[in-house]
Amino acid sequence: MNYKNTYVRKIIGGVLCFVAIWAVVSLLIVTGILPRSVQSLTVKICYYIILALSLDLIVGYLGDLSLGHAAFYAVGAYSGCAFAVYTNLPLLPKFILALIIGGLCAALVGYLISSAIIKLRGDYLAIVTLAFGEFIRSFVKIIPGLGGTKGLIGIPSFESRFGSFTAAYIVVGLVVLCIFNFTHSRHGRMITAIRDNAIAAESVGINIKQTKILVFALSSFMAGMAGVLFGFYKTTLSPSDFTYNLSIEVLVMVVLGGMGSIRGSIIASVIIVALPEFLRGADNYRMLIYAIALIAMMMLNASPRFIALKRKVSESFSQLRARLKR
Amino acid sequence: MQMLISTIIDGLNLGSVYALVALGYSMVYGIAKMLNFAHGDVIMVGIYSIFVCLNANVLPVPVTMLICVAVCALLGFVVEKLAYKPLRSSSSLSVLITAIGVSYLLQNVALLIFKSDRKFLQSFIELGSLKLGEIEIPLISFVIWGTTLIIMFALDVFIKKTSMGRAMLAVSEDKGAAQLMGVNVNRTISLTFIIGSALAGVAAILYAAKYQNVDPYTGSVFGIKAFAAAVFGGIGSIPGAMIGGFTLGLIEALTIGFLPDSLAAASDGVAYALLIIMLILKPSGLLGKKRVEKV
Repeated sequence: MNYKNTYVRKIIGGVLCFVAIWAVVSLLIVTGILPRSVQSLTVKICYYIILALSLDLIVGYLGDLSLGHAAFYAVGAYSGCAFAVYTNLPLLPKFILALIIGGLCAALVGYLISSAIIKLRGDYLAIVTLAFGEFIRSFVKIIPGLGGTKGLIGIPSFESRFGSFTAAYIVVGLVVLCIFNFTHSRHGRMITAIRDNAIAAESVGINIKQTKILVFALSSFMAGMAGVLFGFYKTTLSPSDFTYNLSIEVLVMVVLGGMGSIRGSIIASVIIVALPEFLRGADNYRMLIYAIALIAMMMLNASPRFIALKRKVSESFSQLRARLKR
Repeated sequence: MQMLISTIIDGLNLGSVYALVALGYSMVYGIAKMLNFAHGDVIMVGIYSIFVCLNANVLPVPVTMLICVAVCALLGFVVEKLAYKPLRSSSSLSVLITAIGVSYLLQNVALLIFKSDRKFLQSFIELGSLKLGEIEIPLISFVIWGTTLIIMFALDVFIKKTSMGRAMLAVSEDKGAAQLMGVNVNRTISLTFIIGSALAGVAAILYAAKYQNVDPYTGSVFGIKAFAAAVFGGIGSIPGAMIGGFTLGLIEALTIGFLPDSLAAASDGVAYALLIIMLILKPSGLLGKKRVEKV
């Protein structure tokens, strides 16, 4: 009973948050308070959130390291956008169909590759996924109709910033809802059981192979949709958009956000996408700062003193919360 | 026929450089159990050091080469001490991300100093070519192959015969047990990084001699492929890294040379596809050791 109550409360809170953020951001866009560069950033943040959340399913919840998330993103982007380029439909149904087609194609590829490499784990899995990402990237160059090295052009796009933001934002909302429900379901508990101890999980009757493939397919479906959003936002796609650097960037978001945390992944993606925009002044040093921040963050997380400090802070927070409740 | 032979020679040249880099990846992975993403960027730093020395135009060529190897070895040592050592007991994921951070750091420092445009090096190893009837083999190829083979045998002897080398084997087998037997684990890991990076320095010399250009991203692209070669051969194994490197070099040269233009764009993809197939068939690579999972 208690569990159900917290679940319902979380859903209601989430929906309220969702609507409130949408209202504030759209107001800022429509009134033109946000500068143009930040306006287009809102859509970028949306597809990065989807990418981070979908990778979090594999890395955070399932505990497998994937360095090839760009592959599924690319498959979704190319299949969905090729559909959009070569068909003649009104924009909205075209967008929705492209999303579904992109997602399904990516999920199919995710299903196939994960059933092939299911035996691998740890670093070897990381390497195969990395190789797979690079393979897909060079493979799309030779498929006729996808524009080769020059790229696929002429993808339709929403006319207003408001429209493209709203469309992307709704997809983000659906993805968050889906992942929240999935991780709180029987399947969600199964995948965390596999992460924590695969052998123990198998001995209580969890089908590891099936569950892993399911997670990979679901995650690729979402990454594929993110790809379609990307295509509709940028209106051109080229193979150089899908390098392994992208997979790594998304992985960094997942790790910094705290693995297996929906909220963390969202916050980390917003920060990492928005941060370079605010460092525009220091353009040359932007990536340098990013690199140093990355190393410093990892070292800080590993140092025992910082861990003790973090524990202290969170303890005092929970004490504060308890006092407020009283 | 002539075309085939010159393509094969190209492939072997490329393969030698891949093999040297793959050796570095393999050694570090075998002993420190980490994917050193920054390894490729060490090569980039090495090539830039050659570039600077050649432009200064006062140093004799052998000294330039020595400087390149020394710079790389020092860089490997420093990076290990500053970035990887504090993280030795944390999860492999945070070590991986730190390595990626180091890779970005090296790239961007190079970007700030040398700008993003491609720099061309003067040729510094001038050799003729050997003519066998119709076929012309540049002598530099023999230098490249010879260097690679000598280094491989030297390394093999070093690891099997000397006490330092056996300490490396012991650490790669079981860190804790090695420490109990009196092996200085930290020093062994440092040494591994120094040797691995020095190999990257040699690879940088060969790369610079053969291709004579460099930009800040040269190393990372090259490194990823060499890494694929190391895994193909079975990561942690010296002959495996060699076989992987040569296979990758040959395949790349042959696909570029003989596929029609419309398909040659995907030549990178062939190497990766082979790696995937290899790992599906043999999950620990060609010569890799199989690990048994214990409860």
